[in-house]
Amino acid sequence: MKKKVISALLCAAVAGSMLAGCGAQQAAAPAAEPAAAPAATEAAAPAAEPAATEEAAAEEAAPAGDEGKVLNIYCWNEEFKSRITDHYPGYEEVDGTHGKMGDVDVVWNITPSDDNAYQNNLDETLLKQESAAADDKIDLFLVEADYALKYVDTDYAMALKDLGITDADVSDQYEYTQKIVTDSNGNLKGSSWQACSAGLIYNREAAKEIIGSDDPADVQAAVADWSKYKETAAKAAEKGYTMCSVNDTYRTYSNNVSGKWVQDGKIVIDPNMENWVNDSMELVEKKAENTYDLWGDDWAKGKKPEGKIFCYFGPAWFFNFCLDADQDGTIANQGGWGFCEGPQAYYWGGTWICAATGTDNASLVKDIILTMTTDKAVLKEIATADADCVNSKSVLADLAGSDDGNLDLLGGQNPYAELAKGAEGIDLSNLSPYDQGCNEEFQASMKNYFEGNASKDDALAQFYKAVEEKYTGLSH
Amino acid sequence: MEEKKGVSIGLRRVIAYIVLILISFFCLIWFYILIINATRSNSELSSGFTPVPSTHLVENWTNLVKGTLPIVNGMINSVLIAALTALLCVYFSTMTAYAIHAYEFKAKKAMFTFILAVMMIPTQVTVLGFLQLIDKMHMTDTFWPLILPSIAAPITFFYLKQYMDSTLSISLVEAARIDGAGEFRIFNTIVLPLMKPAIAVQAIFTFVTSWNNYFVPALVIQSDKKKTLPILIAQLRSADWLKFDMGQVYVMIAFSIFPVIIVYLLLSKYIVGGVALGGVKE
Amino acid sequence: MKKRSNVVKYNRWGYIFLIPFVVVYVIFQLVPLVTTVGNSFFENYRSGLMQVGPNWIGLENYKSIFSTPDLWQYFGNTMIMWVMGFVPQILISLLLGAWFSDPTLRLKCQRFFKTVIYLPNLIMAAAFAMLFFTLFADTGPINSILMQIGVLDAPYSFMNHVWSVRTLVALMNLLMWFGNTTILLMAGMMGIDPSLFEAASVDGATATQTFFKITLPLLRPILIYVMITSLIGGLQMFDVPQILTSGTGDPMRSSMTLIMYLNKHLYSHNYGIGGALSVFLFVITGILSLVIFRFTDNRKAIK
Repeated sequence: MKKKVISALLCAAVAGSMLAGCGAQQAAAPAAEPAAAPAATEAAAPAAEPAATEEAAAEEAAPAGDEGKVLNIYCWNEEFKSRITDHYPGYEEVDGTHGKMGDVDVVWNITPSDDNAYQNNLDETLLKQESAAADDKIDLFLVEADYALKYVDTDYAMALKDLGITDADVSDQYEYTQKIVTDSNGNLKGSSWQACSAGLIYNREAAKEIIGSDDPADVQAAVADWSKYKETAAKAAEKGYTMCSVNDTYRTYSNNVSGKWVQDGKIVIDPNMENWVNDSMELVEKKAENTYDLWGDDWAKGKKPEGKIFCYFGPAWFFNFCLDADQDGTIANQGGWGFCEGPQAYYWGGTWICAATGTDNASLVKDIILTMTTDKAVLKEIATADADCVNSKSVLADLAGSDDGNLDLLGGQNPYAELAKGAEGIDLSNLSPYDQGCNEEFQASMKNYFEGNASKDDALAQFYKAVEEKYTGLSH
Repeated sequence: MEEKKGVSIGLRRVIAYIVLILISFFCLIWFYILIINATRSNSELSSGFTPVPSTHLVENWTNLVKGTLPIVNGMINSVLIAALTALLCVYFSTMTAYAIHAYEFKAKKAMFTFILAVMMIPTQVTVLGFLQLIDKMHMTDTFWPLILPSIAAPITFFYLKQYMDSTLSISLVEAARIDGAGEFRIFNTIVLPLMKPAIAVQAIFTFVTSWNNYFVPALVIQSDKKKTLPILIAQLRSADWLKFDMGQVYVMIAFSIFPVIIVYLLLSKYIVGGVALGGVKE
Repeated sequence: MKKRSNVVKYNRWGYIFLIPFVVVYVIFQLVPLVTTVGNSFFENYRSGLMQVGPNWIGLENYKSIFSTPDLWQYFGNTMIMWVMGFVPQILISLLLGAWFSDPTLRLKCQRFFKTVIYLPNLIMAAAFAMLFFTLFADTGPINSILMQIGVLDAPYSFMNHVWSVRTLVALMNLLMWFGNTTILLMAGMMGIDPSLFEAASVDGATATQTFFKITLPLLRPILIYVMITSLIGGLQMFDVPQILTSGTGDPMRSSMTLIMYLNKHLYSHNYGIGGALSVFLFVITGILSLVIFRFTDNRKAIK
């Protein structure tokens, strides 16, 4: 308690002396602990920082308070932990939720995402961040794209440039991965090691039957835009195939909207979302698409030839891990899938690292972000060891040009050129902090329409209702 | 007697057996499916249900144990929390019920009504206020907020009170008083033993509820070493795609059911024993 | 005089024995509860990480939840699914209880049957739901059996039809909770003096007579308990429909329960609406519980 009071007072003092400290940033608690010697060496922030004086001041303040003994990381599963354990130089695992980086103790706070528990927990802790003792402050937290803006567009996430990370440092990353974590003032506030651009994964046998060829270029021509896709779907239905589920195509439409879900406090349904509803209904009526939920037993049937599914929509991790190549009788096992870009560019998945404002380990945080998301050697290692599609243009280009990228389950095809091309084409200027709820509710509500349980208007009314319940204060 | 109605009793017996066997089937089939699923690999599981066991049980188990989840700790935590919760809950609920049942005092009626009213309040909303409270009390990431509140369990109290109404006679207590026993001793040595079947029932219910509770522990507990089994299962289910493995999830579910079954079998002997323990004869 | 003071002395223990309950209750439940009721008069929610309120708005939250017929629809859904599960549950429980306690029936393997019926309750609802999804999938075993025996021509989507979803919810609740009810009743029956049954059988009473004339009346307190707690549990029905419908209560919210609705508002930490809904639930539960009390009391009076 006493310690808390002291550190709070010190906070105030330091914040005051910083004058133009940027945002809610605090260099807390340094004096509460003995200032360690290495601080000086680590304080050597990039010299070529073309920042305004304000930021420079913040910069200098940060390393001065830079020797926190505990690094707190908030996440919802073990993915990032295993990446750090395997690829971050100098990380030693102590036990399931503790590790060491030099003198710093790393504490993993893992809360599962079921029932929104992860975000609830993170919210509560972030809201207390200011008053928390230095060793209890969150230093790093992870977010997913669907709700990234909820955190990024607040002062709780720190701008990377305040850590001393420059545009040049992240220039090899794909633009879309940065758009997702850029706040409304244009500050980049997070970074990812993954680029999950996705495409259309088709059943080669079915393609031969329906299109007459299983060559990726021919198939791409047959699904190049949504009207061609619908023509192909009609042919597929004649041959007894189902294209996929309406929920498979959803992300492709929702990534290519012309406006945000919420504009000036009003929920807006984008024309492209209308298209998804109309196209999907048309195809469901023709029995060319089904309405199965992703990951369910029915949806998974298409992994085998007798499931009679033409395609799945997915990124690299999808075909590496969700097509059950290890099991006898699956299409993947026989190398029977092919990959093409599909009707529109989109992405699916990925985890972003954000630095929490008030961190007492700024230089360590900076190093982690740089190493894990920009270091090409590390990224290459991640790509080959973990089959992640990494967020580096040059590493993906390497893979596209080498036989390392040839995949048995795709019949030897190398998908990395398509993946890289897709990643370039993704445009995510229309994200909003409400995307997670809107996307979930839109899919759920429209299912009632597709299934014939409601008219389109009733289904839309239910969508508005559900979103307004989730996000109090919105209207339509 | 029996000979007179032999036919009808025979027929009724046959019907009873058929119904009981059917019911048992519907109760046990789930365990069969769980065990079958625990023997299947992730990709086998995703291709739907089959009634034939596969060969991956040991593999799933080793993967689970080799993984970084502290399942043994989880087991110990779950046992500790559920056992203490059940113990405190039944002991103090019996005490509360006894206070209302056996004594005459001014606030008695009011207190009884009040506790009943409390029972009708949904727990869902108070949970959030509850979390803020334990945070103020600096009990976050400890077992106390999971265990202590069970001392005030209106539903358990209500059952024990009702049970006392139908079985516990005051005359017995008065007899003990005449023998000079103190009130506290009477409660511990006479009332508690008499309530055994009811206590066993509520102990099982409380234990199982606490054992399967996910919502509150997930919000209270943060450090890995303190996590309970349902949190670990949820964590396993929200694993990243590299580690996602339903086979492990099913093995873990099967693993986490065993201790409850054992506790249930131990306590159920008080309930299902062939001979009625009998009430207190008036 | 002496006796009276003794009684007073004993009765002091009534208060003493209540202390643990009251202390724990006040700390862990009353404080959050008062906050809950208080919240219902405030605008108090979170938009992203931004806190709005609390601002005093009087009865606005109540007006807002009653402004549409939705609340009554969810109340209706809840009651329908509860009745669909509870009626068979109490009937089966009473039947089993009657059989197990019937001395003339002399069922073998009673221990086994009595033990088995509670087992489904040991499985977590989430795990149970996973099994239900697998079994009732379009391509799952239930559909393929029904198609093989010729009941269906094409797979039936259990999760996309109002009454099949409600039936599955009721079925899962039934499976999970009938053992619970049966055990409560059995424990109650074991408290009944065995000599009463003997006397009845000597008097030549049939099993049915014994059940209605002796068992049921003596079980009354436990039956009231079962009715009331099931009703409360039913009104607070949440986990099973929540998991089975992924929180949507679809088709078109026909299986959305009151607590699921409440839970939707907790997503944005809307304590205001949440508090108002809780108060509504509390009032409804109270009224229905009173009805049950009255009903059972009347029967006693008639007898």
